[in-house]
Amino acid sequence: MSDATYPARRTLEALLAPLLALMAASALFSVFLLVQGQSPLDFLDLTWRGAFGSWFSWQNTLQRAAPLLLTALCVALPGQLGLVVIGGEAAVVLGGLAATVVALPFVQMGPVIVLPVMALAGMAMGGLWIGLTGYLRARLGVNETIASLVLAYIGLAIFNHLVEGVFRDPASLNKPSTYGIGDDNMLGSIPFLEVHPGIPVGIAACILCWVLIYRTSLGFAGRVAGGNTKAAQLQGLPVARLAVGACVLGGACAGLAGGIEVAAEYGRANASLAAGYGYTGILIAFLARFNPLAIVPMAVLLGGLGAAGGLLQRRMGLPDATVQVLQGMILVAILASETFYGRVRWFQPRGAA
Amino acid sequence: MPALDSIATIAVAMLAGSLRVSTPFLFVSLGECLTEKSGRINLGNEGVLVLGAMVAYAVSFETGNPWVGVLAAAFAGMLLGGLHGVMCSLARVNDVAMGIAIMLAGTGIAFYFGKPYVQPSAPLLPGIPFGFWLESDRFRNALLVSPLFLLGVAAAFGLHWFLRTTRAGLRIRIVGDSQDAALALGLPIDRTRLLATACGSALAGIGGAFLSLCYPGSWNEGLSSGQGLMAVALVVFARWNPINCVYASLLFGAAGALGPSLQTVGFTWGYYLFYAAPYAVTLIVLIATSHGGRSLRGMPGQLSIGR
Repeated sequence: MSDATYPARRTLEALLAPLLALMAASALFSVFLLVQGQSPLDFLDLTWRGAFGSWFSWQNTLQRAAPLLLTALCVALPGQLGLVVIGGEAAVVLGGLAATVVALPFVQMGPVIVLPVMALAGMAMGGLWIGLTGYLRARLGVNETIASLVLAYIGLAIFNHLVEGVFRDPASLNKPSTYGIGDDNMLGSIPFLEVHPGIPVGIAACILCWVLIYRTSLGFAGRVAGGNTKAAQLQGLPVARLAVGACVLGGACAGLAGGIEVAAEYGRANASLAAGYGYTGILIAFLARFNPLAIVPMAVLLGGLGAAGGLLQRRMGLPDATVQVLQGMILVAILASETFYGRVRWFQPRGAA
Repeated sequence: MPALDSIATIAVAMLAGSLRVSTPFLFVSLGECLTEKSGRINLGNEGVLVLGAMVAYAVSFETGNPWVGVLAAAFAGMLLGGLHGVMCSLARVNDVAMGIAIMLAGTGIAFYFGKPYVQPSAPLLPGIPFGFWLESDRFRNALLVSPLFLLGVAAAFGLHWFLRTTRAGLRIRIVGDSQDAALALGLPIDRTRLLATACGSALAGIGGAFLSLCYPGSWNEGLSSGQGLMAVALVVFARWNPINCVYASLLFGAAGALGPSLQTVGFTWGYYLFYAAPYAVTLIVLIATSHGGRSLRGMPGQLSIGR
């Protein structure tokens, strides 16, 4: 007997579990606010207005969401292979630095040359950096979570050393920066909508990664390796190469995010790049359960939460760490909701045993 | 001889620095060691460290007694570690990922409640002047040892004895080494791991108290530099032996003291690179102790990083 509605029920289960977790985290956070005499309804109202209330706040939200789409992919792609890689922050800053420095000799040639060079350099640097984590994991058996985090600290140190050393523009006094790529070469907002140009790039990357993971044999091999390494090895799948490849690809996404931030926002590489996008990407990837298409709404949600932070500080007098408390609660709840899968019989396959 | 003099200065600064920098490493690694012996990993100790630092500083400021602050930090650590323990005892919950969540939640809560304590100065824990008989101020400062460092060394020996000779220690090791054996013996696996995680995080909380009450001895949001996470690598290096954790912590402390020591003689090139020395040591340790997926000597059998 076949079970025709099982795929639909499985999808419903995958939607309901994170939704319940989000509701549980919101309830917990409401209690947290109430204990301190703050109104959760005010919080919700201000968050809504600050994130999605007007076209201006939408722009602010999307501007924050743009790099998050790509940094979440840096966690989700290795995540599909069962690797927890959390060092995306270094790939962002080093990607941004590489994009800037490599593009500097070409600045006279105009944006047609500069922007592709920046994208390639950023992706190569990011891919190299996270790929190193993948290599350590696949070839030497080093734990990828700790290795990626330690490499993130090392990467940030190298970034600071270079930006305040050889690549420093002597004119940047208060905030050490590299030489700029020039206003003419910068990536403008999308016409009419005035939206951050990283948004279409990020969404396209999410769609491409989704196709790669769920619609190609390579992606299938990766998911088999993530589900059961032994089985994948018995099938003769190149588990180590798949792991390194997923890390390189994820790192390339994070490096591209750094390059786009430089091209669209700052025009030069400096400490502004280390804005924590790599760390928020971890949260988004787990919220999306490593599904690239689910990353898009989650990145907009978290981008909105970040965009509303300023309004919350001004109107409710809440410290800027409030958003971080909420994020922590959401992540704890989402991870705990993993235990929900398989517990309710109605969602399980029926029929032939 | 100016060159000889600067070498002496660096050596003294390194000695003093490694005693200071190693103490938080020591407490977090002992806590992590205890938790991992029960077969679970706790990356949330980074959050515990930050929360412990904040709670210790705030309580020391409010009560005027830094030792009450240390106790409060241990208690706060125990609560956060207990949360990790409870969450991880749910089926299918990944302890590595949950640790990251606890880290995020712990630092968020610490920053949230710690905001009002960035400015005021709380009473700090005084050091014990072991160098009172020396003439040079430099050496006397170097031998001003925090009581928490001595407590940490005592805790290392205590934990070693506890794990090796007591009934409870044996039970923790059985639960960590073989879930099947623990089931067959009827040991309460989840409860044992919960207690080991909570007590381990209490130790990590004391490590946080050292950061805010001894060295650097203030509370701000950039206080921890990932010691709670590096502790995981440190425990691997120490082969899950509490006594070895002391030596490993001193090594990591010396690496951490390298940059500031060079600065004392005016050597400022590569400030950020020397600052990253402990991370480089961590990475080298990770690579040197890896055996291509085979399990390591002394490693608890149920540990998820041994996959």
